[in-house]
Amino acid sequence: MIKTLLKSVREYKKTSILTAVFTALEVVVECIIPFIMALLIDKMDSSNLNVVFWYGGILLFLAFLSLFFGVMAGRCAAKSSAGYAKNLRHDLYYQIQEYAFEDIDKFSQSSLVTRLTTDVSNVQMAYQMCTRIVIRVPLMIIFSFIMSFSINFKLSLIFLISLPVIAMVILLIIKVVSPLFSKIFKKYDALNNYVQENVSGIRVVKSFARENYEKEKFDKAANEVKSNFIKAEKLVALNSPIMMFCIYLTILLISFIGGKFIINTQGLEMTTGKLSSLINYGVQILSSLMMLSMIFVMISMAGTSAKRISEVLEHNPVLTSPENGIQEVKNGNITFKNVYFKYTNEAQKYALENINLEIKEGEIVGIIGATGSSKSTLVQLIPRLHDVSEGEVLVGDINVKDYNLQSLRDQVAMVLQKNVLFSGTIKENLRWGDKNASDEEIVRVCKLAQADEFISKFSDGYDTYIEQGGVNVSGGQKQRLCIARSLLKKPKILILDDSTSAVDTKTDALIRKALKEEIPNTTKIIIAQRISSIKDADKIIVLDNGKVDGIGNHSELLKNNKIYQEVYESQTKNTSKKGGN
Amino acid sequence: MAERRMPMRRGMAVTKGNIKKGTFKRLIKYLFKNYWKSLMLVILCLIISACAGTVASTFLQTLIDDVITPGISEGFNSVKNEMYNIIIKMIVIYSLGIVSSIIYTQTMATVTQGTLYNFRKDMFHKMESLPLKYFDTHAHGEIMSTYTNDTDALRQFIGQSLPNLISSLMSITVIFIMMLSFSLWLTLIVIASIVVDLIIVKKIGGNSSKYMVKQQKSLANEEGFVEEMIKGQKVVKVFCHEEEAKKQFDKLNEQLCHDSQTANKYGNILMPVLGNIGNITYVLLAFIGVLLAYYEVKNISFRGLATLTPGIIVSFLTMARQFSQTIGQISQQTSMIAMGLAGSSRIFDLLDQEEEDDNGYVILVNAKKDANGNLVETDERTGLWAWKHYHKADDTTTFKELKGEIVLENVDFGYIDGELVLHDISIHAKPGQKIALVGATGAGKTTITNLINRFYDIQDGKIRYDGINVNKIKKKHLRRSFGMVLQDTNLFTGTVMDNIRYGRLNASDEECIEAAKLANADDFINRLPHGYQTMLNNNGSNLSQGQRQLLSIARAAVADAPAMILDEATSSIDTRSEKLVQDGMEKLMKGRTVFVIAHRLSTIHNSDIILVMDKGRIIERGNHEELMDKKGVYYRLYTGKFELE
Repeated sequence: MIKTLLKSVREYKKTSILTAVFTALEVVVECIIPFIMALLIDKMDSSNLNVVFWYGGILLFLAFLSLFFGVMAGRCAAKSSAGYAKNLRHDLYYQIQEYAFEDIDKFSQSSLVTRLTTDVSNVQMAYQMCTRIVIRVPLMIIFSFIMSFSINFKLSLIFLISLPVIAMVILLIIKVVSPLFSKIFKKYDALNNYVQENVSGIRVVKSFARENYEKEKFDKAANEVKSNFIKAEKLVALNSPIMMFCIYLTILLISFIGGKFIINTQGLEMTTGKLSSLINYGVQILSSLMMLSMIFVMISMAGTSAKRISEVLEHNPVLTSPENGIQEVKNGNITFKNVYFKYTNEAQKYALENINLEIKEGEIVGIIGATGSSKSTLVQLIPRLHDVSEGEVLVGDINVKDYNLQSLRDQVAMVLQKNVLFSGTIKENLRWGDKNASDEEIVRVCKLAQADEFISKFSDGYDTYIEQGGVNVSGGQKQRLCIARSLLKKPKILILDDSTSAVDTKTDALIRKALKEEIPNTTKIIIAQRISSIKDADKIIVLDNGKVDGIGNHSELLKNNKIYQEVYESQTKNTSKKGGN
Repeated sequence: MAERRMPMRRGMAVTKGNIKKGTFKRLIKYLFKNYWKSLMLVILCLIISACAGTVASTFLQTLIDDVITPGISEGFNSVKNEMYNIIIKMIVIYSLGIVSSIIYTQTMATVTQGTLYNFRKDMFHKMESLPLKYFDTHAHGEIMSTYTNDTDALRQFIGQSLPNLISSLMSITVIFIMMLSFSLWLTLIVIASIVVDLIIVKKIGGNSSKYMVKQQKSLANEEGFVEEMIKGQKVVKVFCHEEEAKKQFDKLNEQLCHDSQTANKYGNILMPVLGNIGNITYVLLAFIGVLLAYYEVKNISFRGLATLTPGIIVSFLTMARQFSQTIGQISQQTSMIAMGLAGSSRIFDLLDQEEEDDNGYVILVNAKKDANGNLVETDERTGLWAWKHYHKADDTTTFKELKGEIVLENVDFGYIDGELVLHDISIHAKPGQKIALVGATGAGKTTITNLINRFYDIQDGKIRYDGINVNKIKKKHLRRSFGMVLQDTNLFTGTVMDNIRYGRLNASDEECIEAAKLANADDFINRLPHGYQTMLNNNGSNLSQGQRQLLSIARAAVADAPAMILDEATSSIDTRSEKLVQDGMEKLMKGRTVFVIAHRLSTIHNSDIILVMDKGRIIERGNHEELMDKKGVYYRLYTGKFELE
């Protein structure tokens, strides 16, 4: 995991290392300063100003040096951590671009968004901490030890007395507190999730007059979070008294033993100034050790985010474009040979079973079936948005796996069921289909998709700005724009996945007529709920539970397919039995 | 509605919004209201521990001056007693410090979490009592953020920053007084360095927050882009638009990186700058101290006039060092304090929202007929409902049978003042009738149902329920009289059974299964891994939209309410399955007054009254045959010659 994450450091390696170097230098200077201060105090003598000026001068110099290193370390840390976050986002985003539909579904879109935003921010913070504090603290400890040992070796050994205590505290935090916190945060997340449900489901709560019931449930959950939190925080809160205890104990021991030592050696072996700096180093060592334990907690918190990010980075897309794939789709023929498909290897049931289809160039094919009958899955195999589990899909008489992915998808246009327009003008949105399309061409495809009429009525025409999610056009208008966008690709095969459900039947018919007349050689596959949308197709496929239940034209199916009859009946009964109520 | 779960931003700065005046005072009041005893104890302990810490810092100097220095010349034995005295005194003071520190940290853990619990509880209770308008006018992410980001910031503030701040201020005061007791001149130098500190904090801190705002903005820009693109990722794939998307992304990413670098740079250099001002002050103190001593300038202190001795300078230097360290600690807390206050400001904002008022007094009760044929109240479910109406004027209570007659008379309504979305709506639903509302999105269909169950209050006109003005009916009872099935299904975390039982909490398992059968949901529920005990998460994300709708129909069925509102209840069920559901729905609707909103006209053609709406007005009304004969808008809609949306 860490290896994956570190790969994204790249050009910020130098600044990251510089951060560490400057931090280290800062620490060194910071350790020397109290030493000089002690010397200054020892030599403090109102009769000899020179000594004071001499040590004071050194101190001033060191202070500026420390300032310089500190500022440089801060700047480098900012630069490298923000840069690292940039690279991480970049890598994540690029990786996601390689993902196939299955991969996207596996993570879910909203989870991917969270990983790209919040999780990266968390890791960025941890990274900044790592390059600074994680370097700083152990170095501080090492240098302080070196300095204190150089002052007096035997006395410095007293510091070691506190070590087992602090080691135990750190161990306690890792073994007990961290898992406790992760358990609590899970409960806490559940609590917030519960609030979220109430916010978005407030209509339901209010219509069933369940306010008090919800309050009781919430209070119970919140109370549980509270008591767990108190338990954990009380444990953590012991941290600082224990640290105080260790520091005070050390100070007392060193003062007592050191004081006695100075007196007994009549101040020849050690000065009082050295004694005081020894104590200073001792405090520094102990508080650094305590900080170390806090860092463990913080890093383990960022650890979850780091894991979620590396999951994305380490996940290999399930399908990739072959090297030297075929660029040209020769014709619009489509063949399914004994196709089986399931979404995951573990899935027990096939989403598609034993599909055999033969579609010729220029044909219009309708697909109908209940929700969950795998209609969308079936057509998504054609531009290779999924790979078959068994069997093969041929486009232009060649297996889809042999095509260059981009070439295949450029020539097999698909209008998705859950379609999206992006914020930008209508023209910009349409040019997704062909970025070099001329204005005339755009108007032509919009006329085909019966969109030109309403676009012209907008005051800004084709330059009308579409808001995020396309909220300022109606559902039917959105669908027609999406069809026009796909037509700009001049595809060999055009797939409409329930793409005219919000369009009125008359316009729907006009679109189909235009498609039939204007692009006769393009194979057209239409998934629809409405029988009227596919009635005139050359071939209608009835899907049921992932299997082909029947193939034929409208009148054939009406005669021999039960499902088709039922659907037809459910949609026409009322008009035909007009007034029969 | 695709909603992204609000990410938890532990420790991340949320710098939007301003802090309202008086927030701090109010927060302190809130804290003290429930925990004033604990807090007094905490403050006492903080004072003790701060004093102990400061006294401890002078301990070494005392030891050196009183024991070690004389000891060097006179030998250990002569100062032995003095030494033990000092050590024992110190043990006592240290123990006091440690004990008080244990007490206040342990108490604070309880106070912090207890207060947070109170806040959460108050917020949630408040939220449940807010009118629907609040939820319609506030982004859900924003509401959630008060529970997550703001509460987290508050946790840091109460649990860490506040005690730290108090103890730092205590230490500073104590040290300051002690400094004055040593030397006025030297204290003036310390004051000068504090002034420099403040100027620098203002300058660097100002720049830092300026760029923080910029960083937040470019972060929002990028997150917005990512959100839009990832949500549309499948379209990106289909159009092979990956390269384009990468290019746009890189641009925003660069900008964010740049702003973030600048913002963090200023934040990061504050500490070393302040720390080294402390160091420089230290040197200055030493210089000036020695100079003063050299020229025998009279030292002014609490103790009176005297010459400055090296001993005094040394002690002063130790204190100065402690002083600048404490200031550094405070400066580290500032951003947390700002975040905590901004968070509590938003929390108080939520707590200050006006609650949904409910002046109704007519309530809905189960009823039965006594021997004389009069309605009396009962606890059992009899299927017979009555409005219990208390008349204040003559102190009597009457019962009126719930029949389900709902009348809207000349109703006008607008969500915003001055912008009417409903004009002059009159509807008369007789008991047991099925009323269908048809029209384009935004025509006002859902708004009408919002008015009937008083999610919103009308501006003009009257709504009567069995002849009673709905304003007189207690809201909860009014709403309980309707079974609701909405287009956005909103299931809750829990088992399938729990979710169905939501309709009526005391329904038995059998009743729930019965309701599921009625809604045609029994079939798919039995195919779920654990049947009725299957856990649903994330609004039932493991179910299809159609299955969720079936569940919400079952939920309404088990409620067994005397009237119903169905808002696009079957929109996500395919036509063939809808036919199966339709049978169940017909059973459900039988004998009840029902308001139906439907996109698919095939589901409402048998309604008693069909109202065609356009831009807030009813433009056609009648039953299916009448409207078809009229060959108006409904006819064109029905025959598909007219686009609905």
